[in-house]
This record gives sequence, structure tokens and C-alpha cells, in this order.
Amino acid sequence: MILRAVHVFALIGLSSVAAAQQPVIGLITKTSTNPFFVKMREGAEAAAKTSGARLISGSGKNDGDNVGQVTALENMIAAGAKVILITPNDSKAIVPSISKARAKGILVIALDSPTDPVNASDALFATDNYRAGTLIGRYARAALGAKVARIATIDLFPGHPVGAQRHNGFLKGFGLRAPEAAVNTLGTASDVVCMADSYGDQTRGQTAMENCLQKNPDINVVYTINEPSAAGAYKALKAKGKEKSVILVSVDGGCQGVRDVASGAIAATAQQYPVKMAELGVAAGMAFIRTGKKPSGYTDTGVSLIAATKVRGVESKDVTTGIELCFGRK
Amino acid sequence: MTDRLVLEARGIVKHFGHVTALDGTDFELRVSEILGIIGDNGAGKSTLIKALSGALVPDRGEILVDGVRVHFRAPSDARRAGIETLYQELAVAPALSIVENLFLGRELRRRGFLGRVLRMLDRRRMLEESSAFMKELGIGVRSMKQAVETLSGGQRQGVAVARSAAFARHVVIMDEPTAALGVKEGKLVLDLIRRVRDRGLSVVLISHNMPHVFEVADRIHVARLGRRVAMLDPKGVSMSDAVAVMTGAMIPEQLPPHTLS
Amino acid sequence: MRARLLGTLGPLLALIAACLFFAMRSDRFLTADNLSIVLQQVMVVGVIAIGQTLVILTAGVDLSCGMVMSLGGIVMTKLAVEQQVPVAVAIAAGIAATALFGAINGLLVTHLRLPPFIVTLGTLNIAFAITQLYSNAQTVTDVPAGLTTLGNAFQLGGSSVVYGALIMLALYAVAAFALSQTAAGRHVYAVGNNPEGARLTGIATQRVLLGVYLLAGVCYGLAALLSVARTGVGDPNAGQAENLEAITAVVVGGTSLFGGRGFVLSSLVGALIVGVFRNGLTLMGVSSVYQMLVSGVLVILAVATDQFSRRLAQRGGGET
Repeated sequence: MILRAVHVFALIGLSSVAAAQQPVIGLITKTSTNPFFVKMREGAEAAAKTSGARLISGSGKNDGDNVGQVTALENMIAAGAKVILITPNDSKAIVPSISKARAKGILVIALDSPTDPVNASDALFATDNYRAGTLIGRYARAALGAKVARIATIDLFPGHPVGAQRHNGFLKGFGLRAPEAAVNTLGTASDVVCMADSYGDQTRGQTAMENCLQKNPDINVVYTINEPSAAGAYKALKAKGKEKSVILVSVDGGCQGVRDVASGAIAATAQQYPVKMAELGVAAGMAFIRTGKKPSGYTDTGVSLIAATKVRGVESKDVTTGIELCFGRK
Repeated sequence: MTDRLVLEARGIVKHFGHVTALDGTDFELRVSEILGIIGDNGAGKSTLIKALSGALVPDRGEILVDGVRVHFRAPSDARRAGIETLYQELAVAPALSIVENLFLGRELRRRGFLGRVLRMLDRRRMLEESSAFMKELGIGVRSMKQAVETLSGGQRQGVAVARSAAFARHVVIMDEPTAALGVKEGKLVLDLIRRVRDRGLSVVLISHNMPHVFEVADRIHVARLGRRVAMLDPKGVSMSDAVAVMTGAMIPEQLPPHTLS
Repeated sequence: MRARLLGTLGPLLALIAACLFFAMRSDRFLTADNLSIVLQQVMVVGVIAIGQTLVILTAGVDLSCGMVMSLGGIVMTKLAVEQQVPVAVAIAAGIAATALFGAINGLLVTHLRLPPFIVTLGTLNIAFAITQLYSNAQTVTDVPAGLTTLGNAFQLGGSSVVYGALIMLALYAVAAFALSQTAAGRHVYAVGNNPEGARLTGIATQRVLLGVYLLAGVCYGLAALLSVARTGVGDPNAGQAENLEAITAVVVGGTSLFGGRGFVLSSLVGALIVGVFRNGLTLMGVSSVYQMLVSGVLVILAVATDQFSRRLAQRGGGET
């Protein structure tokens, strides 16, 4: 009887040792429902599986929920995570929790959005949003040809770094004088006849475009902060019969957005790669677990221009490639 | 004033847990009379009133309206029996007009399609009836359409009294109607109470204000420790004697017969 | 009486003043086309504000309005697109969903006697979560034409008027009639002004409150239909802006947060004020951060004017 009990305990002990030998990597996203983060999590799970690590994931309740992410962080530390990948909802407020984790020897890598300050996390794997803007700016300029530009920018909201980087990158790519990547305010130019905020959503994007069209009926280029706001802008353009005469560009590369490029609603979009962020994060994490080597600084996870029609002098990928690599419902 | 009883109660008992609020009290109210109810705190005045107005159900005893036994299970039952109650907390909506307050809960609808299908209010009729009634009661206001909150305390009370009087068929019960009013305004409300009685209604008046009770009541019901200990004649008994009976310093048997009613 | 008039007409005067101001700063403002656009932009918030006005008249507040609307929109579009449910049934289902939330709000307020602020804060989160989960956080596209008919426009005197805007105006007319010309409407005011007094008068206050929250839910469902018609999609993130904007519209319109005072048509004025400022500032090329500033100032002005006019009115009373 006792021998059997010892047997059972030994088995339990062995399996927990085995489990303990499987390294734990944590992934905390902003929300659990946004397709961008769903794709990121899927990529992380696949990468962890092939590397022999166990992935535990968590998230905030909604965009901006810092407390939820702090709780997830604490739970992951308790679960023995050696590496934590996080897309912070609040770049400043999450820093104390990250510092606590790092003090315990845990590697913390920021994905997609930086912490503030940037070096509060060990490394940052994210899209170069300025470059994303530059790509679509160059495309728009080339597609416009020799015509005089009348640009409307449908932005995020004042003060957000991603909104500023994409907007300013677009201006730079379009050939206008633009603020540098580190600047958080939106640049203006004489060719930009209207700037309006959409908060990244479709309805407000539509309202913003409608008002801009009222201001300047002859707008011929529209930059949008993301694809939902682009969809809204397109609706407004269509209502005025302008959808064919306006070049509409966007950023994100979600599957719905790529479909909009295929249908001609959006001329070109800069696609970002949440899976790449996850894969690089897991790889860096495994390297740390095995060798103790930490990644550092900023790594560009890449951005590609997806366009249905190629324009001279601007490299782009086609829609089929875009669909293969997109996030969301295919 | 006849001797016919419009409202009567016999042997009302009400317990709240271990506390006996009403200990087999009697009550009688004649047609077209003003009955004042006096009693110390805890004498059971409010509980008796609540039983008569349907706000609570007694444990034992019977209530008769016009000689017929009734069972009130809710205030609406008492209202249907023709008993209106004026509560201490002013039950008016200050932002609404005098007309709207007078008809609150009993609004008149237009005739025909507009009234039956669209349920549209007949504002003109309500305004006419309100104006006429307020005039009859002698309550003066600038405009019937003004909001009740723009009225003075006495006028507001007047509106509440008018509402009760307008819809009562037999009895209007008033709980401390002159409390929180100045001297002049208090007198106006007392005048109003008299006019209500003169229209053929009976008024039950609870008040701590002895001079007011003595000024306007036809008879006085003295409540003490959950029972009715005496019925006094305000023209015969002195105020100090009445208070003495109320507090128990004097027993009713000690009173001379001309003070009783 | 004059003081009350100030409270009521104030927002309308503010709207007219704003229109004149923007007309002077941009010659594109006062065109029929532009005004028609503003009306369209305001129609969703406008309808939500009808429901919100009812709730605020009873001294309550409904923080869940925008999220419940969003849920209604997702229900309608998902049923129509993925389950091929006939459009009329899908619309009915969406409105039933929002009405259900309204009923839940009402029951929690009347039977559990929880403060409306707390209750609707809870249902706001619940509605949001359900919407995100049910839609997988994806926008529903390729919506059948029947759902978007109200987004179509007809020509009227040189500019196009969207059917949805007419629906909004019709709903306001119905609400205004019901609140001022029916007993049930007056009871809403009485319950908001003096709930205990109303109950003592014999008004079924619980039923009035329940009815108000339920009707508000129905309004959010109708607003969802207008939102789907306007954008052409079922967007799980729609309604987030409308949440606070509807309350702003009601308050700026002059309805008192303390209940019992105000007119539903004022909320239309409030919604128009917000829309006019957003449109006008964009025409002027002013950054949207100033819209937030203006919105905040307007709310404070509106509440201050309401308080001020009330105090004046009370002092006007006297003995005769």
C-alpha cells in the first residue's frame, strides 16, 4: 500500500519536474477580441509549441485597461513565466509592474506599442509606423501623378504617438515637409486642406470625411489612420460620387482592409505583422531562457505596401499576398 | 351637523412586532364635521390614520364607511370609498403647474378619438375646473398655469388641500396641515378647511397645534397609548385640560360633562 | 415665467448664435447641402437622446445607451448576413435585444432599488462584452439593402435629405406629444420631480420607471438601425462616442439632471449644437481638441443656466 503511494508520488513528482522543465512564456495583449491581437496570440502559440515552450496568455478587458494587464502580469509571474511579451494599454502606467518583473530576472519585451520610457522594457518589437506612413505617402504621390494635390488627413486623436507617426510619415513620403518620427504632434502643409479626427472608428471616420468634403469638395487624396476609418471615409466619398476620383490610403493590413483594397475602395494600405512580432518575441525569449542573452533596443517587425494597382517607382505587394498575410477573418 | 356617522372604527388593533401601536381604539366621524385628533407622540394617531386611509391593514377590528363594513388593502381602496388623505410630506410635484397637480393621477382626457386612442389630455377642461374650484375655496393665485414651486408655503398647502377636497366624496384626512406655515398662512389654511367642511365633506385633522385645533374643530378625539380616551367639545373644555388628558395628567372621568362630546 | 423661458430657449439661442458664427467664418456652412449633412451626422445621437431624455426626466441616467445601441446593430446585421434572416425580422430582433437591456435596467432600478448610475454602468460593460464576443470584434459587412434603406436620401429643394433624419424628426414629434399631451407623459415628470409624492398621489411609480427604461431601450434599437443605415455596416465599436454624446445632448439642451424638468425637443437642439460645432470647427480648420473644449464649456453653461433660471423662478413666487 505504502509502496503504491510512493509510486504515485514519484510519478507526480516526475511529471511536475518535466512540466517545470518546459519554459513558460507569457503574452499580454491589449484586448482579447481585436483580430490584430488574436492573430498575435495564434502566432505566439504556434511559435511556442515548436520551440517547446508553454505559452500563457492574458489581456486587458478593453483598449486602455491597464489594471487588467497588471493583474495578468502578476499572475504570470506567479505561474513561473521567464519571459513576458506585452502590448501595453497604457505605456506609462504599466512601467512599475514591468520593473517589478524585471527585478525578478524576468525578460519583458514590448510588442506593437512602446512603453514610456522606451527602455522600461528590455526591447521593443514593433511596426515602424513612420515608415508605414511613408510607404503610403509615396504611393499616393505616385498614383496622383502630375495633378495638384489636395490632401485630407483622417487622423486618430491629438497626442497619440502612433497617430502622429503615421500622419507625419505620410507627409514625408508624399514629398512634403514633415516632422521627424519622434514628434507627437501632427505636421501641417499647404497641400493638406483638411485635418479631422476619427478616433480610429468607422462612424467617426465617415463624419470626419463628410465635414472635410464640405470644406473642400475637390479633395483628391485621403490619408486615413486605419482601415475602419478608411471604410467610413469611403462611404462619405461614395455618397458624393467621389470614390473614383480620390486616392484613399490606409494602414494596418487587416483582412477586411485588404479586401477593401481588392475591391478598389482603398488604393493602398501598409500591412503590419502581429505574427512577426509574436515570433520574434518568442525566439528572443527562448534565446534568453537557454543562454541568458537579452535582446535590446528596437526591432522593426516589418511593414509592406499592399496595392491592387502597381505604380511606377513604388514597390508593393499584391492583394493575394496581402490576404495570405492578413489578420482577422479571411 | 347631523349625528350620522360617515366614518367609524371599532376596536382597531395593530402590532408592529412587540410594539402595540393601536390597542383596540375606536373612532367616529360625523357628516360635515371637522374632527381634530390630538395625542402625544406614540399615541397611535398616525397609525390610526394610516388604517383609515388604507395605507396599512389592522390586525383586528372593523372600519365602516357610511355604516357599511369595508376592508382597505391599499390606499386606492380608501380613495375609491371616497376618502382622501393629505400627507405630511407634501405630495405635489413642484415643477408642474397648479392645474397639473390638482389633476395628478386623475387627468381628464379629450373626448372621442383624440382622448381614447391618442390619450390626449383635455387641458382646457382641466384649467376651467381647476380655476372654478380654487376660486370657490377662496385660494388666490396669479395664474393656474404657474409652477407650484413658485407659490408660497401656504398656497402650496392650499393646492394640496384643494386636490383632496376636489376628489373626496366623504372624508378628507389631513396630517399636520399647518405645520411649517407662518401665522397668516396657517390661518388661510384653516379658513380653507372650514370651507371644505361647508361643502358637505368631513375633515379629520391631526395637529400638534392646539390653538389651531381649538379654532377649527367641531369635536376633538384624544388619543393616548393606542386608544381613544375621550371625545372633547372644544367650546367647553379648556386647552390646558385637553392637554392634561392627552398626557395622562388628568383622567377623562375628572372632566365635567359639558366638556365632553 | 420669464425665467423658465430663459432656461428653455437658451439652448436654441445658443444654436442660432453658433450657426451665425460659423456662417460668418465659412461660406460653406449655411448651404442646404452642409446643413443636410449635419442633420445626418446627428440623427443617431438624436434618437438615442430621446431615450436618454426620458430616463433623465425621472432623475436617472443611462450610461449604457451607446453600448446597447451597438449590440442592437450587431444583432440586426449578423442575423441578416450570416443567418439570412429576413430584414424585418432581423430589425425586430435587434430592437428586442436593446429593449431587453432596457427592461433589465428598469427592473434593477425599480425592484432592487439600485441607483441608475451604478446599474447602467454595469449593463454598459455587459453590453460591450456581449457585443465584442458575438461579433468577434469584426465589423459585419455586405449588409442587405433592406437594412440600409433609411440611409438613402431623396431630393428636397436642391439638397438631399436622408430618410433616417426624417425618422428622427418623427420620433421627436411623437415623444414630444406623449410627454406633454398625455397623462403618462405628465406622470414621468411627476415621478422625476417628486417620486414619493407621485406615489402618494396614486401614480404607479414602479411602472412608470420600468416603462421609461424599456422605451429608452427601444429608442436605442431604432438608433442602431439608423446607425447601420448610415454607415452601411454592423460595427461593434459604434456607439462608444454616442454614449457620452447623448447625455451631453440632453444636458446641453437644458433638461435637468435632477429630474422633472425639461423638454425632449431640447435634446434635439443639444444634439444639433454638438454636431454644428464639430462641423463648423472642421470647416474653419480648427483642431478637434477644441471641440472637446467647447463641448465641456457648453455642458457647464447649460447646467449653470438651468440652476440660475430655477432660482429666479422660485424667488418670483409670493403671497396673493
